[in-house]
Amino acid sequence: MGLEAKLKEEGFITTTIDAVVAWSRESSVWPMPMGISCCAIEMMATADPKYDMARFGSEVMRFTPRQCDLMIVAGTVTYKMAHVVRKIYDQMPDPKWVIAMGACTSSGGMYRSYNVVQGIDQFLPVDVYLAGCPPRPDNLLNALIQIQDKISKTKARDFQDRKLPELTVLHNN
Amino acid sequence: MNLKELIPQKLQEKFSHVKFEFLDYRGDLSVKFEKEHVVEICRFLKEDSDFQFKLCEDVTAIDWAKRKNRFTVVYHIFSLKHNFRLRLKADVDESDCTIDSVTPVWKTSNWLERETWDMYGIKFNNHPDLRRMYMPEDFQYHPLRKDFPLMGIPGSLPLPKKD
Amino acid sequence: MPKLTKNEVHPKIIEALLGADSDITVEDALENEMILNMGPQHPATHGVLRVLLRLDGETVIASVPELGYLHRGYEKMAENMSYYEFIPHTDRLDYLSPMANNVAWVLAVEKLAGIEAPPRAQYIRMMIAELARIASHLVAIGSLAMDVGALTVFLWTLREREKILDVWDILCGARFTNSYTRIGGVANDAQPEALAKVKWFIEQFDENLDECERLINTNRIFIERLEGAGIINSADAIEMGLTGPSLRGSGVDFDIRRAVPYLRYNDMDFKVVTFTEGDALARYFVRADEARESAKIVRQILDKMPAGEVLLNQPKKVLPHKTEIYTKMEELIHDFMIVNFGINPPEGDIYHAIEGSKGELGFYLVSKGEGRPWKCKIRSPSMVNLQSLPHMIQGQMISDVVAIIGSIDPIMGEADK
Repeated sequence: MGLEAKLKEEGFITTTIDAVVAWSRESSVWPMPMGISCCAIEMMATADPKYDMARFGSEVMRFTPRQCDLMIVAGTVTYKMAHVVRKIYDQMPDPKWVIAMGACTSSGGMYRSYNVVQGIDQFLPVDVYLAGCPPRPDNLLNALIQIQDKISKTKARDFQDRKLPELTVLHNN
Repeated sequence: MNLKELIPQKLQEKFSHVKFEFLDYRGDLSVKFEKEHVVEICRFLKEDSDFQFKLCEDVTAIDWAKRKNRFTVVYHIFSLKHNFRLRLKADVDESDCTIDSVTPVWKTSNWLERETWDMYGIKFNNHPDLRRMYMPEDFQYHPLRKDFPLMGIPGSLPLPKKD
Repeated sequence: MPKLTKNEVHPKIIEALLGADSDITVEDALENEMILNMGPQHPATHGVLRVLLRLDGETVIASVPELGYLHRGYEKMAENMSYYEFIPHTDRLDYLSPMANNVAWVLAVEKLAGIEAPPRAQYIRMMIAELARIASHLVAIGSLAMDVGALTVFLWTLREREKILDVWDILCGARFTNSYTRIGGVANDAQPEALAKVKWFIEQFDENLDECERLINTNRIFIERLEGAGIINSADAIEMGLTGPSLRGSGVDFDIRRAVPYLRYNDMDFKVVTFTEGDALARYFVRADEARESAKIVRQILDKMPAGEVLLNQPKKVLPHKTEIYTKMEELIHDFMIVNFGINPPEGDIYHAIEGSKGELGFYLVSKGEGRPWKCKIRSPSMVNLQSLPHMIQGQMISDVVAIIGSIDPIMGEADK
C-alpha cells in the first residue's frame, strides 16, 4: 500500500480506501488452525456441515502459515510446544490476528502443572479470548465475528511499519 | 490347576535361591522379588510353555518417599493363552538407582522404561537408547518424584520472548 | 554411501536416528542421506507428533518419533486431587471418545474401593462406551480418508458424529468432554428422550456408514495407497505391544471385552473382528466393522436395559443425590466428608483395563488409605502403539508414512498424558 502511506491526512479518498480494504480483509479471513488437543476437535466441528465456517468467509483452513491471516490456537500449549507456536506465528505475514480458543490457552485452564504455559499471552499477542472447555462451535463462530468487527475498524496503513521478526536459522553442514 | 496356584509353585521350584512374596488382592496376583533376578524371571515367564506371558502391558515405578528402598519398579504382563494378568515388583534403593532392563525379553518395554527414567530417574542397564521421553532433553529434574513441586521449578523450562 | 558423521554437533535424538539399525538396502542409492523433520505441526490431523525421518530419496531408512509436546502432567496432578476431582481430567485423555475414559477411571476406582454400581448404571455405561467407540472410529475413518485424499468422507462421517454428540448433549448437558460417570454409578438417569434419540440414530447408522464406505471401498486409488502399507505380522505385533484395532488387523483376536470381561459384556452377543493381512487396509476394515458391531451391542442394550437406580446407596463412598443433601442431615454430613476428605479406599494397589477405541486403556492405582491416590499410572494405548511406528514405516515412501500414521490412529492427548 505505497500510495496510502503518502496520504497521511484523513480525507475522503483515504477513508473510502480504508473501508474497502477493511471489508475485503474481514470477509475472507483464512484461519490457520493450530490444533493441538481437544479444542481442535471442536474446531473441526466448526468446519463440518452443521456449523459451517465457510459461510463466514473462512473457506479454507490452510495448514501453511504463509497463506493465513488468523491463527486459532486450539489446545493446551506446553513449554515444549510454545517455541513451535511462536515460530509459526512469526512465519505468518502481516496483518495477522490470534484467537486464544478455550480455557487452556487463555489461562492454563484446568492444568495447573509444571509443563503447561498458564496463558499464551505470555509469548503471543492475543486478540480474542474464548471461554469454554471446549467452547461450543457456536462460540467459535462468535469469536470469528468479533475478529471481523475488529478488522472492520482498522485502517489500511496500520500494518506498515511493523518490524520483521528474527527467525533463528541453524546452519548445519 | 489354575494359574494363581501354578505360578507360585513353579517359580519357587525353578528359582529356589530367590525370595518371593506373593499377594492376591482384589483378584490381582502380584509377585515381589529382588531386582537382580528380573531378567531371568521375566524370560522364564515368557518362554515357559505353561505360562507364555508374551504381552508386556506396562512398566512403571512408585516413589514411596522413605529412606530405605525408595522406589519400586512395577511390571504388568499378560498371557494371551490363559487371559491372565500378573504384576511383578522389584524394590530399588535411591543410593543405587539402577535396575536391569527387560528389553531383551519384550520390545515393548523400550519406551516404557524410557518414560520411567524420565519421570523417576531410575537408570536401566543395557537399555539400547535411554533418552528422555516427554520432557525436553536438557531438563534437569525428574518430575514424578515426590520432592518435585506440582507447579514446577521456575526457570527450568524456557519460554519464547514476546516482542 | 557417505553418511552424516557424529563430528558435527547434534542433539541426542539425531544420534539415536543415525544409530538406528535398519536392514533396508536401496538399489541405485543416492549419494547422501537426508534427515527430514515431520514436525509437531502438520496437516495430518493426528495431533502434535514429531517424526524424524532418515531418507534416501523418498524411501524411509530409519525413523524416530518424538512425543512430549502435549505432556500436561496428569499423573502428578492425580496425586494432588481426590478421586472425584480427577473425573473431568480423564475426559481429555482420549478426547475423541471421552465417555470411555470416564468409564475406565470409575471402574478402576470402584475396584479399589470394593464397590459395584447398580445394574441400570452398568448398562448405561456400556451404552455410552460403545457410542464413544463409534464416534472415535468415525473420526478415524474420516481422517484416514482425508489424509489419503478423499475429503468428502471426512465431512460425511463428521455429520454422523454430530448426531452422537447431540445424544450426549441431551443426556448430560455437554456435547463433548462430559464427565458423566460417577463413582458408584452415573450422574443422572438416562431420559426417555435421550434413549429415543439413540434408537433413532442406531436405526439409520448402518446405511449411512455403508454410504460413506461406498465412496472408498472399491476405489482403486484408496486401495492401492493403503494395501501393503505398514505390514506387521502377528508375532511382531504382540512383541511390540500393539493392542486394539491395530492388533486385530494382524490376525490376533485379543479383545479385553472377551478376555477379561467387565461391566455386562458377558451377556452381549458380538463378534471380535479380525483380519489377517496386517496392513493399513486391514486396520481400516477392522475399524469400520467394529463400528457396526458396536451398533449391534447398543441395540441389544436398548432392549435389555433394566429399570432401577443409577447411583449406589453407599454413603461413605458414593456422593448422595442432590435433593437429599439439601433436605436430610446424614446425607449432608456424608457429602461434606466425601468432598473434603475423599473416599479413603483401603491400602493396596490395583490395575484395571478396558478396551478403549485405540486399544487397552488401563489405570494402575496405588492407595495409602487417603482420599487421594498415592500414585496413578495411565497405561495409554496410543503411546505403546506408536512404538511400532518405526518398524512399520521402514522401507516405505514418505506418502505412505502419512497413511500408516492414520491407520494406527494415535491420539496425542493420550500418548503424552
